[in-house]
Amino acid sequence: MRFMVIVKATPESEKEGALPDPQLLLDMGKYNEELIKAGVLLAADGLHPSSKGARVKFSGKSRTVTDGPFSETKELVAGFWLWQVKSLEEAIEWVKRCPNPHAGDSEIEIRQVFEMEDFAPVLSQEQIQHKERGRAQLVGQAKK
Amino acid sequence: MSATDHHRTIEAVWRIESARVIAGLTRLTRDLGLAEDLAQEALLAALEQWPQSGVPENPGAWLTATGKRRAIDLFRRNAVAERKHQDLARDLATLEQTVPDLNSTLDDPIGDDLLRLVFISCHPILSTDSRAALALRLLGGLTIPEIARAFLTPEPTIAQRIVRAKRILAEKHIPFEVPRGPELAARLSSVLEVIYLIFNEGYSATAGDDLIRPTLCQDALRLGRILAELTPNEPEVHGLVALMEIQASRTRARVSPTGEPILLLEQNRAHWDLLLIHRGLSAIDRAHKIGKPRGPYLLQAEIAACHARARTPEETDWPRIVSLYTELADLSPSPVIELNRAVAVSMVHGPQAALDLVEALATDPSLDRYHLLPSVRADLLLKLNRPTEARHHFEQAAALTQNTRERALLLSRAAACQTK
Repeated sequence: MRFMVIVKATPESEKEGALPDPQLLLDMGKYNEELIKAGVLLAADGLHPSSKGARVKFSGKSRTVTDGPFSETKELVAGFWLWQVKSLEEAIEWVKRCPNPHAGDSEIEIRQVFEMEDFAPVLSQEQIQHKERGRAQLVGQAKK
Repeated sequence: MSATDHHRTIEAVWRIESARVIAGLTRLTRDLGLAEDLAQEALLAALEQWPQSGVPENPGAWLTATGKRRAIDLFRRNAVAERKHQDLARDLATLEQTVPDLNSTLDDPIGDDLLRLVFISCHPILSTDSRAALALRLLGGLTIPEIARAFLTPEPTIAQRIVRAKRILAEKHIPFEVPRGPELAARLSSVLEVIYLIFNEGYSATAGDDLIRPTLCQDALRLGRILAELTPNEPEVHGLVALMEIQASRTRARVSPTGEPILLLEQNRAHWDLLLIHRGLSAIDRAHKIGKPRGPYLLQAEIAACHARARTPEETDWPRIVSLYTELADLSPSPVIELNRAVAVSMVHGPQAALDLVEALATDPSLDRYHLLPSVRADLLLKLNRPTEARHHFEQAAALTQNTRERALLLSRAAACQTK
């Protein structure tokens, strides 16, 4: 199964131009290497503070754009990994080995990734195909 | 935490740590079978103690230390009875002195112990079935019931296979080492063969109800990815990883909702997994950067990549596929590769050119029972508007295939020729 492992933001990580502590960067690099060596890591990225982002709010047909930063820091995402493991427990064990991603208190959330098969009960075949057609265009973009 | 929760947690720790623990203990005891027994004892101790004490901070170190303590106890006990073991116990004590820092043993930063474990579990002295079972057990951390389920084989058979494999390795005094020099290439190809066998067992399930058993593909991919980090300068390892990533990217597309196999050119490419394609293409790049000649896995990966890069079947770079198949056939001549090359040739030079190649192949006795030969031949004949001959070859192909779904498909194609 695949899991998205989400590092939550902190007031520090949300600071303008915030760059992680060099030692932490080093430890995190080592940890990522462990994940790669174990054949677990599929993808990973860190995110800029929300001040460099935006939100689009939906209400019926209207769309309202709000520029960052956003206030509810603890609920924001600072980075993520995508892992292939055998169980939620295995993902938890790996997360426990992660260096504390921020100075002070921080939180990492583990979420299972939906596979197309999981949609089968709620989506008709046609709807699944429609969803997949969107991905088809991305296939074109992925090719070099 | 309930007992089941504890159990699942320890199982997860085991999956992460077991290969390294067994590798470390094998180096210490120089006996793979004993090392695995010791590791199992350490696991049992964990199952007993961790629910009370909690999971230790460094569970891998705990497991290895526990296994090591038991090894020393065992050798000391036996030493009283047996002179030979006394020597071993002394050896072990010496080893302890030369490797006194438990953590350095555990960290194994270069991954040498693990790589030794890879090579010994995939040693060519063992049958491919045994190698596959041993690799999943020792490197993948799978339990015997899990392996048995994956291969649709009874548990006692798998257990016996593993016991026998370990006995052979002990009897033949197979050293726990990373092969060097000219031996390395042959030994590495034995490892790659096992990983690809596991992958294929999952990808084109030879038996059972499911055409694909994705977990087995994932286990093989994981082994491949681990190996790629242990031997980063071997282009064939990256080639195999690339081949598996790209093939796995098609898992969702290659079986219809009713379970029929779907041929590559007829697959809905929207169902291909972009992340895996991307990973496959990166692995190919990595192999190229090493700058050694291309081997068969890398060539196959590059052929797979030609399809992965094409947004539609029409965009496929067939001339490149033909030249890759030609290179592959030069490297490892095989009538099956020639047949595949013929299919690519038909896409570039038309059905007649391909039919000439296929008809030449038809005289090769090794393809006598290979259903894809008459099937490809029939397909080409049909394109050349020769339906009577096409029907004959479709029927021949149907008679040769072991797969009922495939037979039905071939017979319906034969019947369709009649109405032309």
